[in-house]
Amino acid sequence: MHETFTKSMARNIYYGGAAFFVLVFLGLTFDTTHTLPKRDNRANLTETVALGKKVWENNNCIGCHTLLGEGAYFAPELGNVYKRFGNSTEAIKAFIKSRPENGVPGRRSMPQFHLTDQELEGIAQFLKYSSEINTANWPPNIQG
Amino acid sequence: MQYLSQKVAKPYFVAAIGLFAGQILFGLIMGIQYLVGDFLFPAIPFNVARMVHTNLLIVWLLFGFMGASYYLVPEEAERELESPLLAKILFWVFLIAGALTVVGYLAVPYASLAKLTGNDVLPTMGREFLEQPTITKVGIVVVALGFLYNVGLTILKGRKTVINLVLLTGLAGLAVLFLFSFYNPDNLVLDKFYWWWVVHLWVEGVWELILGSILAFVLIKVTGVDREIIEKWLYVIIAMALITGIIGTGHHYFWIGTPEYWQWLGSVFSAMEPLPFFAMTVFAFNMVNRRRREHPNQAATLWALGTSVMAFLGAGVWGFLHTLAPVNYYTHGTQITAAHGHMAFYGAYVMIVLTIISYAMPMLRGQTAANSRRSQVLEMWSFWLMTVSMVFITLFLTGAGILQVYLQRYSAQPLPFMVVQEQISLFYWLRLIAGLVFTIGLGAYIASFFVGRTEPEAVAMKSVPVTA
Repeated sequence: MHETFTKSMARNIYYGGAAFFVLVFLGLTFDTTHTLPKRDNRANLTETVALGKKVWENNNCIGCHTLLGEGAYFAPELGNVYKRFGNSTEAIKAFIKSRPENGVPGRRSMPQFHLTDQELEGIAQFLKYSSEINTANWPPNIQG
Repeated sequence: MQYLSQKVAKPYFVAAIGLFAGQILFGLIMGIQYLVGDFLFPAIPFNVARMVHTNLLIVWLLFGFMGASYYLVPEEAERELESPLLAKILFWVFLIAGALTVVGYLAVPYASLAKLTGNDVLPTMGREFLEQPTITKVGIVVVALGFLYNVGLTILKGRKTVINLVLLTGLAGLAVLFLFSFYNPDNLVLDKFYWWWVVHLWVEGVWELILGSILAFVLIKVTGVDREIIEKWLYVIIAMALITGIIGTGHHYFWIGTPEYWQWLGSVFSAMEPLPFFAMTVFAFNMVNRRRREHPNQAATLWALGTSVMAFLGAGVWGFLHTLAPVNYYTHGTQITAAHGHMAFYGAYVMIVLTIISYAMPMLRGQTAANSRRSQVLEMWSFWLMTVSMVFITLFLTGAGILQVYLQRYSAQPLPFMVVQEQISLFYWLRLIAGLVFTIGLGAYIASFFVGRTEPEAVAMKSVPVTA
């Protein structure tokens, strides 16, 4: 870091490098946006799925679970729960409905959210839709 | 302290420390919930405790960044802050909004909070770290705009140094990128793609600019090394941070439905993300070794050195550990991520805020340069207690993570998530113990503001190693 490498050279690398990679990133974003329809299962993005995503968010499910590996690590991955539950939306709904109000002594338990039938159908369809996104074969196995 | 308006930094720092304590309390609650699953259930379910834990962290770091800016910008710009009154008003707006939000998290079920705050009008809630009601997010934007106006005008009308311009760039980037939190499409992949524009481009992008400039400011002050040298280093560090970190966003685009070329791009660029942190460590130690003065505030120097090392370990080394796509395939969304998250946030951002607080607070409380020896000794104890226990929290979570990956994802007979959780609970016990030690360290830290107040200020001693 002596006279051969001056402050203005460092500054130019900062401005030039940052600007260049911002542009590259925007270019990649453009390309990703155009590739996504082939991968993101948008064909199955029905109104019920959209409602389900809202139910997912309004109950802060991500505060305990991961979805495609992102979220909290307190409860199982749900990106593939539809498949883990034998490709059954009914099994998902039954599990959510069955949660005891006051938990299970000494153990982790999902809260009882008192969802309506419509909301239950939404969340189940949302999790089905999530499981059909092309995630490059992640997770490694059915356990998530 | 050269300018009267620097004083507005003080309430920001006090609030930051208060919220820090709250964050740790909820961290302990979660540490227990990992072991005793129904602890405080259903009053405070895990997701609520986690929301409070992470949101308090973000908010107190923002308080810290704002306090740091109000402290260092007038000194760098060589003029009074544009409007100290605005800074005081925004302080209360931010504090009350933050407090109301946390009360909302704790008082009513999250779904009721969503309904109460009209989330349906513009749904932004329920995504990790962005759980705040939309109205709170709007409040954050308003506070950020007022803050940027105040700081920006001070800089534009005053002396423009590399430090305050880099800081301003970082803060402006922080505010602009936060706007992506309002974009929440039904399409989960798109939602996740742009969610990272807030989360990744904050902590592995613009926040590094803020970190670098605060560190540079403190190092100029405590070492007396020529500004030209320090500013050159700052440019090199932030150049590396952005060159690696922007495309490094790709390490979040491996498994969320995005194209597979991100596995290459994300792996290669994020593998280089430790470089700026390594440079920061070399920078901090170099400057302290070449110091031209003995600053009486040895605690501040210790924090400055500490943040450079811990940021390198937490963000650099522990980030690299699981950033290559073939590794991340197995570690994604496990306790490995939690291990990295804890040490990275502590090392890079908690410690830089504690660095500037350590440097500035004595002056803000009427000392000429430093606290008494006794106060500093306690503060340095708190440094070691918190830092060492955070290293152990990280190691225990890493142990838990490796076992989790093996049992749940790698072995011939993968086990279900909850079965694995029970098998690795020993590590959660150890983590909780380390968390309790961290809490003792935090207690010592807070106590250091109250001990030795009547004793004389520490004076600079010759050739005392600052890390002793």
